[in-house]
Amino acid sequence: MAETMQSTTNSKTSAATGQADGNFVARFFRATEIDTRMLGMIGALLIIWVGFHILTGGLFLTPRNLWNLSVQTASVAVMATGMVLVIVTRNIDLSVGSILGFTGMIMGVLQSRLLPELLGFDHPAIWIIALAGGLIVGALIGTLHGVIIAFLGVPSFIVTLGGLLIWRGATWFVTSGQTVAPMDVNFRLMGGGTEGSIGATWSWIVGGIACLAIIAAIINARRQRKRFSFPRRPVWAEYVLVALGCIIVLGAVSIANDYYWPINIARRYAEANNIAWPEGGLLISQGIAIPVLMAIAVGIVMTFIATRLRFGRYVFAIGGNPEAAELAGIKTRWVTVKIFALMGMLCAIAAAISTARLNAATNAQGELDELYTIAAAVIGGTSLAGGMGSIAGAMLGALVMQSLQSGMVLLGIDSPFQRIVVGMVLVTAVWLDTVYRSRAK
Amino acid sequence: MTEQTTPLVEMKNISISFGGIHAVENASVDLFPGEVVALLGHNGAGKSTLIKILSGAYKRDNGDIMINGETADIRNPRDAKKYGIETIYQTLAVADNVDAAANLYLGRELQTKWGTLDDVAMEASAREVMGRLNPNFKRFKEPVKALSGGQRQSVAIARAILFDARILIMDEPTAALGPQETAQVGDLIKQLKREGIGIFLISHDIHDVFDLADRVFVMKNGKVVGHARTEDVTKDEVLGMIILGKVPPGATPGPGAMKVV
Repeated sequence: MAETMQSTTNSKTSAATGQADGNFVARFFRATEIDTRMLGMIGALLIIWVGFHILTGGLFLTPRNLWNLSVQTASVAVMATGMVLVIVTRNIDLSVGSILGFTGMIMGVLQSRLLPELLGFDHPAIWIIALAGGLIVGALIGTLHGVIIAFLGVPSFIVTLGGLLIWRGATWFVTSGQTVAPMDVNFRLMGGGTEGSIGATWSWIVGGIACLAIIAAIINARRQRKRFSFPRRPVWAEYVLVALGCIIVLGAVSIANDYYWPINIARRYAEANNIAWPEGGLLISQGIAIPVLMAIAVGIVMTFIATRLRFGRYVFAIGGNPEAAELAGIKTRWVTVKIFALMGMLCAIAAAISTARLNAATNAQGELDELYTIAAAVIGGTSLAGGMGSIAGAMLGALVMQSLQSGMVLLGIDSPFQRIVVGMVLVTAVWLDTVYRSRAK
Repeated sequence: MTEQTTPLVEMKNISISFGGIHAVENASVDLFPGEVVALLGHNGAGKSTLIKILSGAYKRDNGDIMINGETADIRNPRDAKKYGIETIYQTLAVADNVDAAANLYLGRELQTKWGTLDDVAMEASAREVMGRLNPNFKRFKEPVKALSGGQRQSVAIARAILFDARILIMDEPTAALGPQETAQVGDLIKQLKREGIGIFLISHDIHDVFDLADRVFVMKNGKVVGHARTEDVTKDEVLGMIILGKVPPGATPGPGAMKVV
C-alpha cells in the first residue's frame, strides 16, 4: 500500500516538475493560479469583440459602444448572479423575467402614483422607498416560490413556470396594462445615461479604490497562507496578478471616461451654468454608469456570499450531493428558500435598473430575460447538473450575450435572426463546455 | 468490555414500517464503549433501516433509543450528532465538488470573528487530522471527486473523528473499496476502538467484518435472529443465522429466530 502510494506521488511530482520545466505558458498559469476556463471565456469575448469591430468597420470597440454595452449588460448580469446559486442547487428559475416585470411595475406605481401624492412630486425619499418596496415584494415572491419548492416538494421548473405566467399576468393587473411613466428624478439615476454616471473624477477614485482592494486582497491571502505555512505563489506571480488586475480596472475606467456627453446635453449644461462654449466642443466625461457600479457591487456581494459565508458553502454542498448535505445536518430546505428569496431581490434590483433606464414601467418589461439570464449563467460555466458555477463567470456570460446582441444590432441584423444566432451560440457554448469538462477529468 | 453495565447505545423494540411493510419489527440491539458490533443480514433484512433510525435519517414508529442509559430523542441527523453519533455511508456521502477541508467541516464550518468562513484554519486542522489518519493524503485543494475511493472514505472517517464521535456507524464501509483500502479501513477501525469509540458495522458480507467485530447481530426479514460474541460462534454458524435464521448454541436467540419444530 505504502509503496504504491509512494510511487504514485513520485510519478506525480516528476510529472509536475516535467511540466514546470516544459514551457513558459504552463509555468505561468501554474504560478499565478489563473483559472484557464475563465481565461477561455475572456478569450471568446475578445474574439467576439474584435470580430464585430472588424465587421462593423470600427464601430464596436469605441468608448461609446463599450459604455452602452456595460449599461445594457447590468440588468441581466445582476440576475445571473442569483441564477448561479439556483442552478448550482440543481434548480431552475424561469420566473425571473416576470418577477422583474412585476417588481418594476410595483416600483413604478409607488414612485409615480402613490408616493408623490403623499410626499409631493420629486421628494428625495421617493426613490429609496420605491426601491425598498420593490426589494420587499421581490423577496416575498422568491420566498413563496422557495417554500413551495422546498416544503411542498413541487419541482422548481414547474413552480417557476407557473410563476412566469402568474407574475406576468399580475404585472398587467397592477395598472390594467397601462405603462407607468415617468420615473422619479433620483430613481432614474439607476438607469445610467448622462446624469446616471459618476463623471471622470469619481470614476478614477473608484478605479483607485478597486486597485487598492486588489492589492490588499492579494497581500491578505499571502499572509493567511504564510500563517499556516501553506504553499504560496512565487512573488513575481503576485506582482503579475496585481498588475493585471490594476490594468484591467484602470483601462475600463479610462474607456468610460473617454465617452463624453452628447453635444446637445453638453451645450444645454454649458448654457445653464454660463460656461462659454469652447472651440472644439465641451468634453465632459460620462465616467462609469451607476447601473454598472450597482451590478459590480452585486457581483462582489454575491461572490462574498457564495465563497466566504456558510450559506454559500451549503449551496455548493447541496449541489454536489444533496443527500450528503442533508445528512451533514444542513437545513437544505431553508437554504433553498433563502436562495429563491435572494433571487427575487436580485430581480427587483434588475427591475430598478431596467425601469430607470427605460424611464417607464411596462407590461412587457423583462420578457425573455429569464432565458438570457439562464443562458448567461450556463455560458459562464454553471453546470446544470449542479454543484459548479461562479458568479464572475455568469456576469461574464451576461456580457458575452449582450455583446452578441449589440454587435448584431450594429450590423443591422434583423431581430428574428439575432435570436437564432443567440440560440445557436448558447447550445454551442454548452457543448464546448461539456467537451472541456470531460477532458479535464 | 462487554461486562460494563450501561451500554453506550441501546435500541429497544424498534419498529418501523413503510406503506404497511414492516421493514424493522421489534428489533433490539446494544453497543458498549470500545466495542465493534457487526449487524449482518441479507440485502433487505432491515439492518440499514434500523441503523438509519439511530442516525436520524428515519423516524421510528415504536421503540426507545437509550444513549448512556438515558432516553434519547433522535428525530433528524442533527439530533443524532448531538449525541455524538456519526455515520459513514456506503454511498460515500461526501459532497464531491468541494475539497477535503470543506467536507470535513460540512455543516459545522469554522468561522472568523466576522462570521465568514475561516478556510485557512479549516484546512490547517484538516491537514492535521488527515495526517494522523492517512499520512499519504496530500490533495487538499482538489474537489473530493478527484480522489480515490479509499481516500474519500478516509475523508468521511476523518470527518467523524474531527467531531469527537463516540458512536460511529459504518454502513458497508468497504463496499466501494479495493482490498488494500479495505485493510486500511480495518486498521483504522482498530485504532478507533482503542480510543473507546463504539462502532456499528453494517454488512451483508460476513468476511468483511467477522474479524473486526466483538459481537454480531444477525437480522432477517426485519427481525433480529440473534446475537453472539464472535469467539463463541463460527463463521458457518453465523452464515446459518443469516441464511436460515437458525440460532447456534453459542448465540442468544432474538424474536426472528427460526422456530424449532
